[in-house]
Amino acid sequence: MSATAEPEKGGFRLSQLIYDTRYRSMTIQIIALIGFLLSVGWLIRNAGQNLAELGKPLGFGFLTEQAGYDINQRLIEYNSQMTHGRAAVIGLLNTLLVAFLGCITATVIGVSIGVLRLSKNWIVSRLMTLYIEMFRNVPVLLWIIITMAIFIEVFPQPRDFRGEDAIATMKLFDSIAITNRGILIPALAYGPGIVLVFITFVLSLIGIVFFRRYAKKLQEETGKILPSGLISTGIFFVPTLVVFFAATMINLNKEHVVFGAKTLTLNADNSISADSGIRFCDTGGAGNVNAKNLMRANGIKFKSVPSYDLADSLTRMSSGNTRTGCDIATVPSGTALPEGLFVSEGISLYSGRPIELEKPYLSGFNFTDGVLMRNSLIALWFALSLYTAAFIAETVRSGIQAVSKGQTEAAGALGLRPGRITSLVVLPQALRVIIPPMISQYLNLTKNSSLAIAVGYMDITGTLGGITLNQTGREMESLIILMAIYLAISLTISTIMNQYNERVKLRER
Amino acid sequence: MSDVSYVRTEMLPEKAPPVGQQGLIKWFRENMFSSIPNSILSILAIWAIYAVLSHILPWVFQSSWNASSLTECRANIVAEYGEGATGACWAVVNERFPQLIYGFYPQELRWRLDLAFVGMLVALAPVLFDKLPKKMLWFTAVYPFLAFWLLWGGSIWLPVSIIAGFVLGVVAFKVIGKMFGSLAGMVSVAFVPIIWWLLFAGGAADIAQSIIPLSIQSVPSSQFGGLSLSIIIGVTGIAFSLPIGIVLALGRQSDLMIVKVLCVGFIEFIRGVPLITLLFVASTLLNYFMPPGTNFDIILRVIIMVTLFSAAYMAEVIRGGLAALPKGQYEGADSLGLDFWQATRLVIMPQALKISIPNIVSSFIGLFKDTTLVSIIGLLDPLGLSTNIRADQNWNGIIWELYGFVAVMFFIFCFSMSRYSMYLERKLQTGH
Repeated sequence: MSATAEPEKGGFRLSQLIYDTRYRSMTIQIIALIGFLLSVGWLIRNAGQNLAELGKPLGFGFLTEQAGYDINQRLIEYNSQMTHGRAAVIGLLNTLLVAFLGCITATVIGVSIGVLRLSKNWIVSRLMTLYIEMFRNVPVLLWIIITMAIFIEVFPQPRDFRGEDAIATMKLFDSIAITNRGILIPALAYGPGIVLVFITFVLSLIGIVFFRRYAKKLQEETGKILPSGLISTGIFFVPTLVVFFAATMINLNKEHVVFGAKTLTLNADNSISADSGIRFCDTGGAGNVNAKNLMRANGIKFKSVPSYDLADSLTRMSSGNTRTGCDIATVPSGTALPEGLFVSEGISLYSGRPIELEKPYLSGFNFTDGVLMRNSLIALWFALSLYTAAFIAETVRSGIQAVSKGQTEAAGALGLRPGRITSLVVLPQALRVIIPPMISQYLNLTKNSSLAIAVGYMDITGTLGGITLNQTGREMESLIILMAIYLAISLTISTIMNQYNERVKLRER
Repeated sequence: MSDVSYVRTEMLPEKAPPVGQQGLIKWFRENMFSSIPNSILSILAIWAIYAVLSHILPWVFQSSWNASSLTECRANIVAEYGEGATGACWAVVNERFPQLIYGFYPQELRWRLDLAFVGMLVALAPVLFDKLPKKMLWFTAVYPFLAFWLLWGGSIWLPVSIIAGFVLGVVAFKVIGKMFGSLAGMVSVAFVPIIWWLLFAGGAADIAQSIIPLSIQSVPSSQFGGLSLSIIIGVTGIAFSLPIGIVLALGRQSDLMIVKVLCVGFIEFIRGVPLITLLFVASTLLNYFMPPGTNFDIILRVIIMVTLFSAAYMAEVIRGGLAALPKGQYEGADSLGLDFWQATRLVIMPQALKISIPNIVSSFIGLFKDTTLVSIIGLLDPLGLSTNIRADQNWNGIIWELYGFVAVMFFIFCFSMSRYSMYLERKLQTGH
């Protein structure tokens, strides 16, 4: 007979709470909870008392007050008359901007360096190791400050671009100016036909998706492999380019074309580099007549255009201009344009392209036109990318090394070529190892973007946690919102990336 | 028949390999010029190295080490290397070296920082290298209090009374545990020291001080700075974040619902926000949460925040180690009849920690690098001091020398830490 220990029936004794394992864990947990709640309560009570003593009870009303400070880097409309809340939104957008840009470049640089580090080339792999050790072992804040210092100290001032014997020149066909205030890149100007070009582009993207599906189906059914990379590239470029040039031709032949007012930039010898239409829309000014005569003297022919489009005419008329016509000259490439042409009003270069790059150009001591990417943004972006890239490189390297050599050899034995081995066998397996740490690198980059404050880039820490906090003295509220926002961003990124991770994860039976 | 033999009867001597297949040439061909793309890469790499070094090396070595201002320094360089020569003004590092290391710590008391640093090395030695006698660990245990006293000065009785709290805890555990069972002992470990510290420690220290006055000159936190500040914050954070991290990781793995939720909430919250916001909390907010009238030290506040921050990351690292442990280890420990704490202490943790070493060290490195963030809230770590020095009239305009020096300092520390972790990994390797 086996003697089973019957659990004691009868009354529940208090000591069971401690000595009976059935209840003990519950007891411990409840004590822990009570302890936690008590300490939180104590902290909150202290905070309440302290805030009341200082006469600033908790409240978020300050967000609707006028901010009164300017933010030079902004993605949406903002001025100092707007509210602290709006300033915080600008800051948030700036944070997201730099985090987004940074994640992309860090991935590109990191993956290349990680792959190059595994290269059999001795000097290249050593160089990459050096890069990784250098960036990983020095604080990111220092890298941000050093990058900013390089931008300010090494790059030329805008006035260095002036004159015949300028110290500095613009890069990439005179379209990019790297100055110590920031990098000027061409802005985009849109002309007629842009909608068509855009639609074609979107359609060709959809076309690529469908083509890929078709190619896969064909391969599964017949085993025939289409050169899908080549065809996809073709679909990507060709239709859009065709529409682009067709629109250009049509625009140049159209008689009344209105293009955004632009200033003509010239080569050093006063000539222009591409065939262009030049539009003269103000016959009133003496300067213009002068310029026109000058051009006629240089053998440029004009075509008279009866009217502009309606909107343009209305604007002109409302500004007291009774002109109804417009002259267009077609100027062949290489034509030298006369001096003095550019003092006159209403002259614009018309190339007819649906999308036009508006290059920055020097006027006086500074650049106008183009988009100024501020130093603070670029320095932060660069430093964060380079720093995070070092970590991503290590992740990529260990991911690739985690795929056993047998896999590569087996794939080779099946007759796959090296490119296909990488894309079909190695990469899918390496990605599984790479993605989880990659997620945390993206999160780190986003969180490190809060160091923007060191270079004066106005991210959410700079606006809400910086100037707003100091101006309103609302430390508690500002920091609560700030932390909540960062928490939300982090959780969002990790959710999205975890879902992606679920998708590529090994499906185990 | 002829006696002409067409079969060679003796071995030919070995021929030397072709010139292209031996020595340096072979190495170059295999490692740098094995194919056309590889050759292009090599040439590009060599060009890049040349381009960087040809700019940096002359700058580094055409330098002036003795000058009291930037203008004087530049004049020195021109005088020595001819008109138009530019070079590094290491003079700034030379002149401000003590400041970059000690901050504004009073000059005649700097030996205390040195002593604390040496003490730190001695205290760390038995932890880092297991060949040293285990008795040295006693010094390690006492060291934090000793260091606190050396660094901030004041009465020796304050750290002593804090130690007394621990001693009381142990005594209470022994006595009460014997009288009322081990659970009561555990509870008393938690409560007796806290009651002592909250109610009696300060008074006892004052009384002891009035009976036997033993104190050294106290140094306010505002005078701390430089590399020593980074090391103080970093090492304290590292020392405290590991045990807290272990507790958090165990809590996260625990079956106890409420404990688990609390731990997960804490870890995810801390990991979701940037350190700089926590430092803002330390600099502006932490005092609000204390009883009205308390105003505790900024460095202490920063250390608390840095420790909490690092502990959350440590918890995740250790959780990774715990998760990597095969289930058989837990079951094996259970089948030996070990209770939870015994199993954790003797079976689980040693293995989990070993697996996590590389990640623990890299999060230490991260913590040490993150100490530079305190310059944003106005503490004078090497970066904050660099800004200060650059604002000085004499050194206005100096950039690369200072930042370069700070970068090299951090590099040396972090790089040696990562090398140590490699050494540890090799040493603890018990597999095949």
